[in-house]
Amino acid sequence: MNRATFPHRFLPWLLVLPQLLISLVFFYWPALQAMWQSTLKEDPFGLSSKFVGLENFRKVLSDPAYLNSIKVTAFFSVVTAFLSMSIALLLAVQAEKVLRGKAFYRTLMIWPYAVAPAIAGMLWLFMFNPSFGTLAWPLRQMGIDWDPLLNSGQAMGLVIAAASWKQISYNFLFFVAGLQAIPKSLIEAAAIDGAGSARRFWTIVFPLLAPTTFFLLVVNSVYALFDTFGIIHAVTGGGPGKATETLVYKVYNDGYNNFLLGSSAAQSVILMAIVITLTAFQFKYVERKVHYG
Amino acid sequence: MADLGMVGSSKRSRVVAHIFLILGVLIVAFPIYYVVIASTHTLQTILRPPLPLLPGAEGPANYGEAISGGIGRIGGVSVGRLLANTAIVAVGIAVGKIIISMASAYAMVFFRFPFRMACFWLIFITLMLPVEVRIMPTYKVMVQLHLIDTYAGLILPLIASATATLLFRQFFMTIPNELLEAARVDGAGPWRFFKDILLPLSTTNIAALFVILFIYGWTQYLWPLLVTNSNSMNTIVIALRKMISFADADTPWNLVMVTAVLAILPPVLVVVLMQRWFVKGLVETEK
Repeated sequence: MNRATFPHRFLPWLLVLPQLLISLVFFYWPALQAMWQSTLKEDPFGLSSKFVGLENFRKVLSDPAYLNSIKVTAFFSVVTAFLSMSIALLLAVQAEKVLRGKAFYRTLMIWPYAVAPAIAGMLWLFMFNPSFGTLAWPLRQMGIDWDPLLNSGQAMGLVIAAASWKQISYNFLFFVAGLQAIPKSLIEAAAIDGAGSARRFWTIVFPLLAPTTFFLLVVNSVYALFDTFGIIHAVTGGGPGKATETLVYKVYNDGYNNFLLGSSAAQSVILMAIVITLTAFQFKYVERKVHYG
Repeated sequence: MADLGMVGSSKRSRVVAHIFLILGVLIVAFPIYYVVIASTHTLQTILRPPLPLLPGAEGPANYGEAISGGIGRIGGVSVGRLLANTAIVAVGIAVGKIIISMASAYAMVFFRFPFRMACFWLIFITLMLPVEVRIMPTYKVMVQLHLIDTYAGLILPLIASATATLLFRQFFMTIPNELLEAARVDGAGPWRFFKDILLPLSTTNIAALFVILFIYGWTQYLWPLLVTNSNSMNTIVIALRKMISFADADTPWNLVMVTAVLAILPPVLVVVLMQRWFVKGLVETEK
């Protein structure tokens, strides 16, 4: 379709200018700086720097702390995405079945979306605080040596719980929307053919939900990689040791607290590559969603 | 009536579904319920687990003390100031993003100009550059522009949004050509067309986006952490984190709980009260 337009030449520039300017100053310029910085070696006081090529990347990728951080991030992201998506799917399927109270359940289910990740982390820390957390108390009564601030497995468990909890709302709403888009006639046809409810779910509903599931997989990965910084920062600070130090937390910590500018910049560039891959994947997938079938 | 039973809504399966949903709601709502309850108990009750599951009698006292300077004594900043800061940032980001992304989408859809597609791609690619991947250099830019500890510093870098621009662009492209042609025959210029035709048609989209962006702004963490040094510019989320990091025997947890409730309540109310727009905004912007 040929779009009807206004003939103005100057006005459109004026209209895109604010967004372009902000993008250039706060997005492109810093991103280029990060790339440039990643090839420099700077002394700790920032007084002098010299070009070292890919040296920073070589160092980062052979640094055991960085490899540990990759492992931590992968574990954290996979478990968080799996937990929050499977709980949300289970609840969304149940919400489709009930006749009454749908709106009521949905209203209560969306609360965590509005809670900041950092606060979600703090809420879970309140409940599981070793000294006065109400839910830590029974654990201690049972003789479990519960202290998520000292035990790395427990720390990981706590940040995963907080991160998954916060993301249930989002996944729930998308799964509900996905389920509503599945033609009821298909499910009825299967029922007439004698398929039980579990079989109907796994052979019809679940495959037809694939577009939603793939989409959520990408979104949840991005969420676990980036948006959970607040949870880690507020609850564990990457610790104990480096047990919950995710990639983003490490970029922040190395740059902002340890002034390892070259290394932090190289890590930023690696993260950029990850985001670009994920975004490309998402857009490729969205294309498929349009010709859904 | 066997047909109803066959598609999985027999009475028994509905009861099972309700049980799952009630359990789910309990898990999802419990952490928030817990902090609300905790904010109505005395410090002594909070420190002696388990916490009662029903509200205590100290609610008015705790909230009264927190609001009349109690929170100021912990963090050095009054709770009023913290809430005002957070509200300014959240509304600033939401309104700012909506204005600049509508403007650029309007330009890209209803005008033809050199480098139009280049502008589109420049905006689109910012999707792939979240704050987290450019922490240090962006911080440096903020220092050079003297934006540390300012509202502009908290708001400006977050208002360039490719998603909002793409959403408006997509919506504007569905506006029939006839509408624009008719407006031009009637002598309407770009501003009149925007104000009298496009804006009224966009209200649902704007409301939906506003809810999403308000939440986005309210829950920011890494950015305010980087660009504020002074406590008086803290958002309530950052302030709460600072209260907890001083955690020791002397922390007045009852007041910390009140702060947590005040930090959670406004965005939760926005989501619950504007639920229709929220769900629409979420499911449509993220597509």
